[in-house]
Amino acid sequence: MSVASPAAADTILEARGIAKSFGQLPVLKGIDLALTAGEVVSIIGPSGSGKSTFIRCMNMLERPDAGEIRFRGRRVGARFADHGAEIGQGTLRRHVGMVFQHFNLFPHRTVLQNVTEGPTVVLGQSQKEAEAVAMDYLAQVGLADKRDAWPAQLSGGQKQRVAIARALAMQPDALLLDEVTSALDPELVGEVLGVVRRLADQGMTMAIVTHEISFAAEVSDRVVFMEGGVIAAEGSPQEICREPRHERLKAFLARFNA
Amino acid sequence: MYSWSFFPIFQASDLFLWGLWVTVVYTFGSIVLGLVLGLALCFCRLSGNRALDWVAQGFQELFRCTPLLVQLLWFYYALPLLLGIDIDNHVAAMATLSLYAAAFYAEIFRGGILSIAKGQSEAGAAIGMSKAQIMRRIVLPQASRRMLPAFINQSVIQFKNTSLISVISVADLAYMASVVNGQTYRPLESYTAVAVLYFVILFPLTRLADYIERRLRVSE
Ligand SMILES: Nc1ncnc2c1ncn2[C@@H]1O[C@H](COP(=O)(O)OP(=O)(O)OP(=O)(O)O)[C@@H](O)[C@H]1O
Ligand SMILES: [Mg+2]
Repeated sequence: MSVASPAAADTILEARGIAKSFGQLPVLKGIDLALTAGEVVSIIGPSGSGKSTFIRCMNMLERPDAGEIRFRGRRVGARFADHGAEIGQGTLRRHVGMVFQHFNLFPHRTVLQNVTEGPTVVLGQSQKEAEAVAMDYLAQVGLADKRDAWPAQLSGGQKQRVAIARALAMQPDALLLDEVTSALDPELVGEVLGVVRRLADQGMTMAIVTHEISFAAEVSDRVVFMEGGVIAAEGSPQEICREPRHERLKAFLARFNA
Repeated sequence: MYSWSFFPIFQASDLFLWGLWVTVVYTFGSIVLGLVLGLALCFCRLSGNRALDWVAQGFQELFRCTPLLVQLLWFYYALPLLLGIDIDNHVAAMATLSLYAAAFYAEIFRGGILSIAKGQSEAGAAIGMSKAQIMRRIVLPQASRRMLPAFINQSVIQFKNTSLISVISVADLAYMASVVNGQTYRPLESYTAVAVLYFVILFPLTRLADYIERRLRVSE
């Protein structure tokens, strides 16, 4: 995907009017969000507000009922040529990585194999090439020495760092992170946030769903407050996290500062 | 007091060995065919296509809810009338055993695949893998480990069920017991020898299934 549409020169990933219901329950009620190149956007909000559902719509793990996802200006369909789609969801996912709350490492693959799986199987890289790249990323997350370990032998923090390396090995244009520290023991949160912070510093485009408000304030260019399936407030970290004016946002933040 | 004499039985050991060979061939043949067909059935069930699911489920229920003995008799005596052709008893035996096995293996496959957490498929999808790649490289390798004990248990049952083909005159191990009995007039020895043979072969397999199950429980 090298050709960008002129209208959105450096918009990497864009959601327009995303709506989604589970059965009778409307969870997303029309959400717009665009990620520009190099931008870090954090999504905060109370439990059940639809943050996970939304970020999963961004790479089509969840299929929106209405609205569209655009990758570099091109509309994404479940399949190529679905309803006038310009690229398929497979293409989208090759370029936009995701890291999950519960890591979801492949337990039957070693650490190194977890990281080379995508590059070899999806990108068609040779084993040797993929291993070289994988070792670079494992080194970046501080786990080069664990290359031959099994996921079951790692701590939660190490698992999550492998999961980040697995996503990075696809050399994505953007990363989606859904509460990547929520399943970790408190003393392991720091090592994972450190890796994410370094990615932000390196200019990785990211959408980050998180309950770590101070972390969000520190690494983000923009913070989005979701509530009841809509974006209730949006702005700089300063505007959202430090000087909130929106009433329910204030109430939400108050719980973290208590 | 009954005086045991296994000597005539030993003299007939080549009949037993031949019967054992036939039993092994039918068991393994129907396991292989049953696995292939069972996997196909399972994919029909999981395809998300209503019609395929329905047909596959109907097939499974048909074979799970009727006795294998009745199925064998039906395939050998009834189906030829329906089709107006002769069906060789060996063909009827292998076909029925395979279809029967497929119905049960499909359920084992299905349970195994569904037991793999959704997060695994999602992690595969998130790095751009296709559905087929996810199934082949992520789900099936993990599911097959979990299915192994159930698979061995079902195959042990299959080995024993094969004895039913003797009713349509396929000369398997159980059939040979009757033959030897007819020649020696030693039913106690004939049938005991056959029972021991079955046991000696199957006991290690059930132990193996238990062992694998315990090891899996520890590793998960
Ligand atoms: N697959 C699903 N089927 C049915 N309901 C679902 C499903 N996924 C999410 N929901 C419901 O949608 C609503 C939003 O869920 P979602 O996980 O997006 O919230 P969230 O903002 O990520 O919450 P949390 O902070 O607890 O992770 C919740 O009411 C949830 O129960
Ligand atoms: Mg969530």
